[in-house]
Amino acid sequence: MSMSWPTDSLTRAERRALAEPSSRPARFNIARPAWTNAALGVGGLLALLVLWWLGTDVLASPDGFIRHFSPTTAIPKLIVLLSGPDLPVHIMVSLRRVLVGLGFALLVGVPLGLAIGSFQRLNSATSPAFQFLRMISPLSWMPIAVMVFGVGDDPIYFMLAFAAVWPIVLNTAEGVRRLQPAWLSLASSLAATRWETLWHVILPGVLGHVLTGLRLAIGIVWIVLVPCEMLGVSAGLGYFILDTRDRLAYSELMATVLMIGLLGFLLDAGARALYRLATRSHA
Amino acid sequence: MTQLALHTSRHEAPALETPVLQARDVALRYPGQSRATIEGFDFALAPGETVSLLGSSGVGKSSLLRVLAGLQAPTSGTVTMNGAPLDGVHPRVAVAFQDPSLLPWLTLEKNVAFGLDFKHQPKQSRAESEARVEMAIREVGLTQARRKFPAELSGGMAQRTALARCLARKPEILLLDEPFGALDEVTRTEMQHLLLKVVRDFRTAAILITHDIDEALLVSDRILLLGGAPASVIGEWRIDLPKPREDFIAELGTIRVDILSTLRGTAQRRAA
Repeated sequence: MSMSWPTDSLTRAERRALAEPSSRPARFNIARPAWTNAALGVGGLLALLVLWWLGTDVLASPDGFIRHFSPTTAIPKLIVLLSGPDLPVHIMVSLRRVLVGLGFALLVGVPLGLAIGSFQRLNSATSPAFQFLRMISPLSWMPIAVMVFGVGDDPIYFMLAFAAVWPIVLNTAEGVRRLQPAWLSLASSLAATRWETLWHVILPGVLGHVLTGLRLAIGIVWIVLVPCEMLGVSAGLGYFILDTRDRLAYSELMATVLMIGLLGFLLDAGARALYRLATRSHA
Repeated sequence: MTQLALHTSRHEAPALETPVLQARDVALRYPGQSRATIEGFDFALAPGETVSLLGSSGVGKSSLLRVLAGLQAPTSGTVTMNGAPLDGVHPRVAVAFQDPSLLPWLTLEKNVAFGLDFKHQPKQSRAESEARVEMAIREVGLTQARRKFPAELSGGMAQRTALARCLARKPEILLLDEPFGALDEVTRTEMQHLLLKVVRDFRTAAILITHDIDEALLVSDRILLLGGAPASVIGEWRIDLPKPREDFIAELGTIRVDILSTLRGTAQRRAA
């Protein structure tokens, strides 16, 4: 099956873990350059900030419209907004939608992935259909989703789950295929029932892959969320962006953009931490 | 040396006791294959006896072990354990494979305990399971490492853990499928001695699948040589020497030559 997921966003250690779930030497590759990498990463973020500032404050013409989006106003505004009543509410609404969407995606994606990974015929039967479905932008379902689920959160849940389910299905299926046959022989030599094999061998065995799928899903959902919230809802970060635009509150708009990036960054870091926690013993 | 290198005919009973495991005229043929993998395999394992099934790679040793373990039903013939037909895996038959098959997300201790509480295993209290696990880990000398994860274990330690997982079941029969095949020479010798100790301490019978003649000579009471296609027993040797056997190299050497010439004879017949 062709895997065209953005796997290049994974760290080298994660990619290695994907390729060989229980390879031993991986442990030596994580620890060494961690501090250097962190320092370089912070440097890169600072460089980005400087570029932003150069673009809006130095290189722009004195009366340019772009000056409204300067970090010198956006960053203080973000702090003000975070301590105010509105933005935290919009953040919580958006995060709730992400969590519900991911929850549904896991609920459907993991069992489906287990089945597809277990049965080659099912894989062959579903693979082209999934490649087809996942190439449809979740946003294109919007009118249909609203007609079916009504106005409000439900169509957003649907679209987010629809966007998130594919990486979870494909990674879970890949995890099943990469289960070591020795583990399954072990289970049968201990007279494990199907349920015991599933619960004690297959599920823990694919957990790392499920979490990798979840991390990719978080990235997709976070990107899809904002445009979803620009359509027919009255809360959430996407709504708030349009609201600031309508109020001509440009520093607030830029502060919200910054907040979206920040939250996405934290969500991804959280997913990474979860992956490391779950696979720490595999080293 | 004929009293050592004794060819016994196939149907001669190896011991007077009731065999703990017995195979009668076992044949195995995988669906879709024109030729059987195993044919006419007769075998009886006496309580406490260690038997090596020796044969070259690909002869069907592992398939045979799967049949004896109840993991694979024979196409024809019967396998009985203590006189009762073996249908499926028996809780007191413990299998160890060449791959130690440790689960990387469980500690050594949890790996040894793995499966003790499965539905088809005999019911026992938690305290009893814990005692068994502790005893098994002590037996293989890994008490210090019991909280380590498999990724932190050497190959020898991993294989010891796999052996401890078998022992925690208080097995009547140990089935070992080239368990030391992937280990270095020194570790392998250690593991062979450990196997002798375990068999003695637990009074368990054992079947060892190996392609290493020396390993078979050092640990077994009896060696069955498998050969041909379909595989069957082409030679049998009983070795009544005390263990460990490092002091009996000369006697073992005689049997070794005999085994090799039997193997060569089969190979020549096949070539002709």
